[in-house]
Amino acid sequence: MIFEIGIYHYTILSAFLFFTGVFGIFLNRTNLIIILMSLELILLSVSINFISFSVFLGDITGQIFSLFILTVAAGEAAIGLAILVVYFRNSGNINVNEINKMRG
Amino acid sequence: MFASILFFLFSFLILGSALLVITSKNPVNSVIFLIFSFFNAAGIFLIAGAEFLALIMLIVYVGAVAVLFLFVVMMLDLNFEELNKKTKFIRTGIVTASILIIEMLVLFFYYPEEQSFIINQDNNTNGLTNTEIIGSKIYTEHFYHFQIAGLILLVAMIGAIVLTLRHRDNVRRQDIPLQVSRDQEKNIELKDITFEESE
Repeated sequence: MIFEIGIYHYTILSAFLFFTGVFGIFLNRTNLIIILMSLELILLSVSINFISFSVFLGDITGQIFSLFILTVAAGEAAIGLAILVVYFRNSGNINVNEINKMRG
Repeated sequence: MFASILFFLFSFLILGSALLVITSKNPVNSVIFLIFSFFNAAGIFLIAGAEFLALIMLIVYVGAVAVLFLFVVMMLDLNFEELNKKTKFIRTGIVTASILIIEMLVLFFYYPEEQSFIINQDNNTNGLTNTEIIGSKIYTEHFYHFQIAGLILLVAMIGAIVLTLRHRDNVRRQDIPLQVSRDQEKNIELKDITFEESE
């Protein structure tokens, strides 16, 4: 029965959100901001997975680890955007294909 | 029934707005759709029964992360025309995403009939709310993880400040040792003033 929401529905939603994020990284290889947003989408899908399994297994640990994922996502966004701002200040664009100054 | 309809509504809104995030021309629109996607994810969490995570998700993602993205997008003077050239990696992306989807579908169709994970139906909540259970676990069993999470936030904060701070030369700054080490002999010059009768 399709109208009984089970663990499969949550897992399929999470999987498609994950694929959307991965595909977004490949689609927008030039725009660093949208790559960071795709990473946020991937972390959101992982959170959905954790929370749905936590609810359906009756174990609260998944929700606690989802809280830690939230922490890491906030830190990652802050550091990533700081690096983006510094890079834009130094070079004037955020084209990912030209970020190869450390190649040597 | 009603919860099922809400679940499907929220799911399709999440997936649609996620697609719009990655295909939108203007990064400002992408951030707006990201915020919309997070709102719908909070609705999904509410349906699943994780109220604390749903509201924390709204506060942290919509209130902090998305606003940070908006600030950066609006602060950087970007040339959107140049950024929107699609790359040659789109074929690689389609191949990668379809491989992932095929793997997941194989996993779904060959899933064993009996459920291999145990559904613990008696959640033993004792009438506690979701927030109370999370609080009672996070300060006892996951105490060290909680401390490490705080340390990660501290490192992220200091790192972001150190990365973006710049010292400009023509700005007068307060130099406290210089102020403290001033003494009377060097800084006050006494002059004898002779009064002359002006004609």
